[in-house]
Amino acid sequence: MIAMKLDDEETDILAGKMGSVAQLALQHQVKVGEFFGAADFVPVTQAHLMADTESLGEAGVRWLEGLADIGDRRARVRIPTITDPRGTDFAHADLLGQTSGMLDLERRAISAFEKLGVAMTNTCINYQTIQAPTRNEHVAFGDTGVVIYSNSICGARSNFEGGPSALAAGITGRTPRYGFHVPEMRRATLRIQVNFTPTSLNGWGALGGVIGRIAGNYWAVPVIEGIEGAPRSDQLKHFGASMASFGSIALFHLLGLTPEAADLSDVAATDLPGLRVTKADVDELQNSYHTDDQVDVVVFSAPQLSLYELCDLADLCDGRHFSVPLLAVTSPQVKPDADRMGYTARIEGAGGSVLAGMCFYQSYAREISEANGWKRLATNSAKLVNILGGYGYRPMLASMEACVDAAVSGKLARI
Amino acid sequence: MSAKIFRARHAMGSIVRGTALVAHDGFSARYDLDRINGVFSRPTHKLAGQSYVGKILVLDTAKGGVATAWMLHEMKSRGIVPLALVFNSVNPILAQGAALGDVSMLAGFDEDITAVIPDGAEVEVNPAMGTVTVVG
Repeated sequence: MIAMKLDDEETDILAGKMGSVAQLALQHQVKVGEFFGAADFVPVTQAHLMADTESLGEAGVRWLEGLADIGDRRARVRIPTITDPRGTDFAHADLLGQTSGMLDLERRAISAFEKLGVAMTNTCINYQTIQAPTRNEHVAFGDTGVVIYSNSICGARSNFEGGPSALAAGITGRTPRYGFHVPEMRRATLRIQVNFTPTSLNGWGALGGVIGRIAGNYWAVPVIEGIEGAPRSDQLKHFGASMASFGSIALFHLLGLTPEAADLSDVAATDLPGLRVTKADVDELQNSYHTDDQVDVVVFSAPQLSLYELCDLADLCDGRHFSVPLLAVTSPQVKPDADRMGYTARIEGAGGSVLAGMCFYQSYAREISEANGWKRLATNSAKLVNILGGYGYRPMLASMEACVDAAVSGKLARI
Repeated sequence: MSAKIFRARHAMGSIVRGTALVAHDGFSARYDLDRINGVFSRPTHKLAGQSYVGKILVLDTAKGGVATAWMLHEMKSRGIVPLALVFNSVNPILAQGAALGDVSMLAGFDEDITAVIPDGAEVEVNPAMGTVTVVG
């Protein structure tokens, strides 16, 4: 193993001259960087931190409190550091069946983060709501959907940074230079040819899932040909989040659309063999999840909904009366606008609920399933159906329209 | 019988010895595990229903999202954690999680490590040497 090259400041941090929290953060980063053979560190401008309390547990929260309680004024983030969705929306915790113990842990984590200077944005769509990164901007982003969107659509540079590493990057202002911070690693490793362009969000998500399964691991970079028109941000949000979920993919190129792939030769050898993905492949993925016709709950989440998605959902809710719970989850930045525009009232008028600052699968999904008897779940998020199987759900993927119909009738129509 | 030794390009942690649990499949703590009961819970996973606690997991690659970076640490605090991770390839999240949770890990082999280590074999993981050895 080759030791990373450190500059004078990094040497001082490791020696403890900048305080014990910075020292601990850089030690963690060196351990990860040397594992992957990073030559040195690269400065980063923003960090985005995933730290729901289901993942942290009591041990993780105590670890955070240990950092926060050191009380050293230097034990704070030095670049804008924001958070991914939390493990609850306090206003709707009863609806979810969450326990007081879960909420207490959540409050302790928030308190620790605030002492460390972290901004509690609680969003996985920060590229739509807070500040999108720019081309070649090196960042340390957490949520996989955020990373793949930032890398692919914005042309920024990030690896998947889990909570401990994103926090470390926030504190040190840098991250190890490996993976997608390195230009050569951003070249395509496989070529996908599609002969159709999805229109629905679930269709985009399913296509992302098929490509993610084919690509198969983090270091694979698909370049995709054949997409027509100019996909919208919400469509690419579902496409990328699903690809990242199914394949652990952090970067893709859309030929002629995304910033690094004006021509195939920009990102790949022109003789790179191509694999064809058809609409039948996408339909097969979606149908494979349709294991029941009854639904216990309808969920729109993962990623959090944009204002436009909530507008579309509100249009579908007018004049409807739900027989099963319908949950729509958005960010704390979007929710006040949805309230002002009347979208929240229209969704809740039909019997649905609009939640903010959390994400369904990050909110003790197993426990809320058991508390509410939710097993058969309909959603338009391919990412969500990929995740929830391990939590004991029978998740089903369908269009937003079909999901709303299912909330009315309790039955999900087959396509 | 002479011991079979396989060399990894990436390594961290300390020497451990235990029983290998092997499958050519992916791994995500959030997607694949019932972390309360210590078993693989994703119905389509090749190890569904099997306990991972105290085992040396020999798998293909890291899957899924970023939660594993915290979860290995949390699982270790309760003693419901694999003894070591030996993968064909890993993503940054698994490395970050192993670093925080102090779980030994090897990745990057010339051969498919899931094809050459038998399920149930006794193996030794030596990160300082970058090796995994089938000892019985």
